[in-house]
Amino acid sequence: MSHSVSGQPPSQPSMQSPLGRVRGRGSAKSGHHHWFAQRVTSIALLPLTIWFVFSLASSAGMTYAEALVWIGTPFNAVLLLALIGLTFYHTMLGLQVIIEDYTNSDTVKFALVLGVRAVCWLLALASALAVLRIAV
Amino acid sequence: MSIMKDSREATMIGRRTDGSTVRRPLSPHLQVYDMLQMTSALSISARITGVAWTVGVVLMVWWLLAAAAGPSAFDTVQWFLGSFIGVIVLMGVIGAAWFHTLAGIRHLAWDMGWGYDIPTTYKTGRAVLIGTAVLTVLTWLILLISW
Repeated sequence: MSHSVSGQPPSQPSMQSPLGRVRGRGSAKSGHHHWFAQRVTSIALLPLTIWFVFSLASSAGMTYAEALVWIGTPFNAVLLLALIGLTFYHTMLGLQVIIEDYTNSDTVKFALVLGVRAVCWLLALASALAVLRIAV
Repeated sequence: MSIMKDSREATMIGRRTDGSTVRRPLSPHLQVYDMLQMTSALSISARITGVAWTVGVVLMVWWLLAAAAGPSAFDTVQWFLGSFIGVIVLMGVIGAAWFHTLAGIRHLAWDMGWGYDIPTTYKTGRAVLIGTAVLTVLTWLILLISW
């Protein structure tokens, strides 16, 4: 605390406004984690995405049986699970930043961020289940 | 000024020298930028293509779930992807994905402190655009050959 409760003027001048002090809000100390996780997932997604796009593009028009074999191959199944987890984590972080940038109302912001998280989690779990069901 | 509608409003209260409150002015926003500049145009495009990619992600989820569900569900998704609308969506998503990927690499370089000067920024910006075109065409060539 830069301001004492004894009524003494602060020894160090603060850039914080009186309103900011009253509201008592500040860094929640997780901003760096969000930012860094966005970068780390992007690096991991780079090879995974290139693999996925070119794998599927080079086997377009797969029959049902061929698709099951492709998804069920352990190598592909593991990479697909990694791709699913990282893609939805990265998407969740990215959409959250966009929502925080463009919404004014705290209620709307909170509802949208939670909504995005819910949808991302459910879609990630559903696709992981689909891969596991075929592969296992 | 009496009732705060949201936290953003609350940060805009200032006082004149006579003590009366005033709504502090905002710094210049979008209106001061030429949105056709390479720098700002590519910046917002990186964000837009990120959102567009989520459409592709949903298609991936549908494809995987259909494969797990059975042959008729799988036929439906394959039919959609081969339909006129499906091909248009796929074209857009593949283009958006390559743009977002290359713009992301550019961002990672910036994060490490490389390429901030204007000539390099324009050079890497053009590289992103040309790379997106090349990779999108390449992906479609592979796709059409194997179809």
